[in-house]
Amino acid sequence: MENLEKENASSYIVEVNNVTVRFNKANQKVDNLKEYFVRLVRRQLMFQEFIALRDVNLKIKKGEAWAIIGTNGSGKSTLLKVISRILKPYKGSVRVEGSIASLIELGAGIDPKLTARENIYLNGCILGYTKQFIDEKFDAIVEFSELEDFLDSPVQNFSSGMKSRLGFSVATMVEPDVLIVDEVLSVGDVLFRKKCMKRMKEMLANGTTLLFVSHNMGTVKEMCDKAIWLNNGEVVMSGDINKVCDEYNSTIEEKKAKEKKEKQKK
Amino acid sequence: MATKPRQYKEGSFFEIFRYKDLLVQLVKRDIKLKYRRSFLGYVWSILNPLLIMIIMAVVFSFLFKREIGMFPIYLLAGRSVFEFINTAVSKALGAITDNASLLKKTYVSKFMFPLSKITSVMVDFVFSMGALIVVMIVFSFIEGKVLFSPWNFGIIIVVAEAYVFSIGLGLLMSQLHVFFRDIRYVYNAFSTMVLYCSAIFYDVGMFYEKAKDQVDAGAAPLALYLAYFIEYFNPVYIYIKQFRFFVWAPAVENLPQWAMVTPVDFLLGFGYAILMLFVGVFFFKRAQDKFILYI
Repeated sequence: MENLEKENASSYIVEVNNVTVRFNKANQKVDNLKEYFVRLVRRQLMFQEFIALRDVNLKIKKGEAWAIIGTNGSGKSTLLKVISRILKPYKGSVRVEGSIASLIELGAGIDPKLTARENIYLNGCILGYTKQFIDEKFDAIVEFSELEDFLDSPVQNFSSGMKSRLGFSVATMVEPDVLIVDEVLSVGDVLFRKKCMKRMKEMLANGTTLLFVSHNMGTVKEMCDKAIWLNNGEVVMSGDINKVCDEYNSTIEEKKAKEKKEKQKK
Repeated sequence: MATKPRQYKEGSFFEIFRYKDLLVQLVKRDIKLKYRRSFLGYVWSILNPLLIMIIMAVVFSFLFKREIGMFPIYLLAGRSVFEFINTAVSKALGAITDNASLLKKTYVSKFMFPLSKITSVMVDFVFSMGALIVVMIVFSFIEGKVLFSPWNFGIIIVVAEAYVFSIGLGLLMSQLHVFFRDIRYVYNAFSTMVLYCSAIFYDVGMFYEKAKDQVDAGAAPLALYLAYFIEYFNPVYIYIKQFRFFVWAPAVENLPQWAMVTPVDFLLGFGYAILMLFVGVFFFKRAQDKFILYI
C-alpha cells in the first residue's frame, strides 16, 4: 500500500482532482459595513453563484508540457491560479510536488519607485528565495535581462518591455519543477521573446514541467506536447496536443461560419 | 519557492520565517522610500514630534494647574508610544488591500504585508527617539545635571511588547479591512478614544485624588473606576506607563505613586500583547483564503 502511494506520488507532479471554483457574482459588491448592515436588515445579502471551473481533472507527469486552450473567459487563468496556490478551490484538491514558478503576469511584485537592482532582490524574495541565493544568481539575472546599464535607475522610467525582461529574468532564475506561463510573452521585442522561448525549452529539456496558456496555436504546438481544452469552466477534451488543437480549431471555425451565416440572414 | 523543501505549512503564521528575507526587503523599501530623495527626511521625522510636543506642552501647562515634573519629556514619551501603536495599526490596516495586484498574481504568505508595515513603523519609531534625546539634552542643560540613566535601555522591553501588540491588532484590522472598507473610520474614532484614555497630557493620579474627594462627599468613587479601567484594561496606557518609567521617571525627583511600575504592569503588558497576537493570527488565518475574492 505504502509503495503504491509512493509510486503515485512520483508519477504525477501536478494533480488536479475534481476541482470546482466558485465566485460570487452579486450585482453589487458589498465591501463596507454600512452597506452590509443595510442589506442585512433588508435581507438583500444575496449570493449569486458563478462557477468558474467545474469538476476539472488534470494529471501531469514530470517533464510534460501542457497547453491550456480555450476562448476568453473559459477558465484558463483560473485553473492556473488554482495550481499556483493563489486561489483555493471551492471543492476538490490540488497537489503539486516541488517548486512552482508562475509567470501569470510579469513584474507582479515590481515597485516602480525602486531601482532595478532593488527590485531584483524584492521580487526574488517575493518568490520565496533567500537573499543569499539571489546574491549568487544576481549576475546571471542581470545578464539575461540585458539591463546592465539601467541597474540603478528607478523602474518607473523603464519601458514595458524592459519591465517584463526584468520580471522574466527574476522568475526564471532557478529551474523550478513546474513553470506556469500565462500569455506573458506578448510584450517585449521579437529577439527577447525568442530568448524566452529558448530559455523555456532549455528548462523543458532539463525536466521542468510546463503549463502554458496562449492563443497562438503556432507557439502552443511548438512548445507543448499535451493540451487541455476548457470551455465555460469545463474540460472539453484533453490529451495529445495535435488532436486537441485540431478539434478546437475546427470548432472555432464552425462557430465562425455559423455566426457569418446568421449575420447574412439578417 | 524553489531550492528549499517546504518546511512550514501553507497559510500558517510560521511561514513568516520562510519569508524572513522578504520582510527585510519590504522594510528596507519602506524606509528607503521615506528618507531617500528628501534631504530633510530624517530631520522631519524628529522635527514633527518636537513641534507637536512644544505646542502641547505650552497649551496644557496653561490648562492644568497640576505640576508634572519635566512635563515636555513626560508628554513626548507618552505621545511617541501612542503614535507608534496608532501608526503601526493604521498602516497595517490597508496592507492587504494595497498589495491586491501582487496577491492576485503570485503566492506569498499574506501575513508578510501587515507584518512588514508594522516593522517599518517600529524602525521609524526608533529613529524618532532622536527627538526625545534632543529634549533630554536640552533639559539636562537647563537642570544642570545629566538626565540620562542606564534605566533608559529598558524601553527595549516596552518596544517589544508594543510591537507584538500592534502585530496582533494590525492583523485583525487588516483582514477586516478587506471585507469592510469603511472599517478605517471606525478605527479612527476608536483610536481617538484611546488617545484620550491614555493619560498622555494628564496623569492618572488626578483620578485618584478626585476619587478621594468623591468618597469624602459620600458619592460613588467613579473616578477610581475610570483610573482602574485605564490602568488595567488599556494596553496602550500600560505601555506608556512602562515607557515613562524607563525614560521620564529617572529624570524626576520624588516620583509620584501613580508612576510606579510593578511586575503586574509587565505581566499585563505581555499578557495583552500575546493575547492580541493570538486573536489577530486566528482571525487573519481564518479569513485569508477569502481575500482574493474581495480585493
